[in-house]
Amino acid sequence: MSAFAKDLEAAIPALRRYARALTRDAEIADDLVQDTLVRALRSQHLFHGGDVRSWLYTILTNLNRNRLRSLARRPALSPLGDADAPQMAGPEAGGRDIERALAALVEDQRAALLLVVLEGLSYREVAEAQGVPIGTVMSRLARARAQIKSYLDGERPALRRVK
Amino acid sequence: MMDRESPVTEDELHAYVDGELPADRQAAVEAWLAAHPEDAARVSAWRAQAELIKARYAGIALEPVPARLDLARLRRLERRWTRSAAAAVIAAFVIGGLLGWFGREMVEGGSALGKTLTTDAIDAHKLYVVEVRHPVEVPGAEAAHLVQWLSKRLGYDLRAPDLAAIGLKLVGGRLLPGPSGAAGFLMYEGPSGERFTLYCARWAAPETALRYRDAGQIAAFYWVEDNKAYVMSGPADRDRLRKIAQSAYDQLETRAAGKGSS
Repeated sequence: MSAFAKDLEAAIPALRRYARALTRDAEIADDLVQDTLVRALRSQHLFHGGDVRSWLYTILTNLNRNRLRSLARRPALSPLGDADAPQMAGPEAGGRDIERALAALVEDQRAALLLVVLEGLSYREVAEAQGVPIGTVMSRLARARAQIKSYLDGERPALRRVK
Repeated sequence: MMDRESPVTEDELHAYVDGELPADRQAAVEAWLAAHPEDAARVSAWRAQAELIKARYAGIALEPVPARLDLARLRRLERRWTRSAAAAVIAAFVIGGLLGWFGREMVEGGSALGKTLTTDAIDAHKLYVVEVRHPVEVPGAEAAHLVQWLSKRLGYDLRAPDLAAIGLKLVGGRLLPGPSGAAGFLMYEGPSGERFTLYCARWAAPETALRYRDAGQIAAFYWVEDNKAYVMSGPADRDRLRKIAQSAYDQLETRAAGKGSS
């Protein structure tokens, strides 16, 4: 197996994790990962060194953006969220809350936050993956964090800060 | 306030949380946080968010990778795809040039065919496309066996159209009850998992060109040829569905002329 293929192989579990957090749907997430891998195999000759992993995140981020665009043209087919699912208690509840808080974010903000927090990419790598300056990544990150914070604070009033 | 040094920016607080802060600003930020409890609370809230996100999704990277993401398999498919796509593009130019005028489909929902057969086909489509594990009885990898088996049960030579040129691969097929005996049911899948099905059955009716039937989120193109009916169902993207139905129509129509798939 070539070094390229080995790098590709090694990245698959993390790509699945990112795709799942990004889309919140196991099937769509694996579709995205599959398309990402196929695209990477097809454009292998265009890859001139560098970090395979952040290149893969770039492809996946773009594919997901395309997917959402085509969904937006056909709103009837957009998947239903689980916003109406009953509230749970215990450790599951934290997972649900954060899932919903992420779902409420704008796509580019969600991607920026997940790439930094979940995938451990540097700000520079995220800027490359999203095709924007670092300053834009920073403001996406700031907005995402502020919005999640107010979502979680509102969701659980008991933990609201006392002035 | 005790900001003797340059004040700490919000960007620096994020960089501090994400380990991106230059070492020479570390002490300044820590001093700032000690003096500004509001900012310290925000920083710890951001850290808590990161922990929640990791706790929720970290496990997915530990799951076994599903077979469809196997790299060797994807590479094989990719090679086969490139070869057959090239051949099919050439064939499509030739056939498309000759038969392009078949694209004038008629919209008609009133005929008996429009009502009953397409309803059966669309119902079967809805029932099976959502199946993840068992969408078909015989997988596309055994296409020769599948076609032989369905032909035998249908009592005529069925062919599975090759739709690789328009981005669809054969998932496989199954046998269904039809209006008069058996019906064949073939499933195709696009690059992002969208599925299309071709329902084939004997049907004594005059020949038709492509006709369209809209059933909400699902739509179908159907046609009759040589006392056989075909219904191509899929997501209601009419242009794309027409292209797919047209390609199947052309291949099924011209089979006598010996136009093979790749």
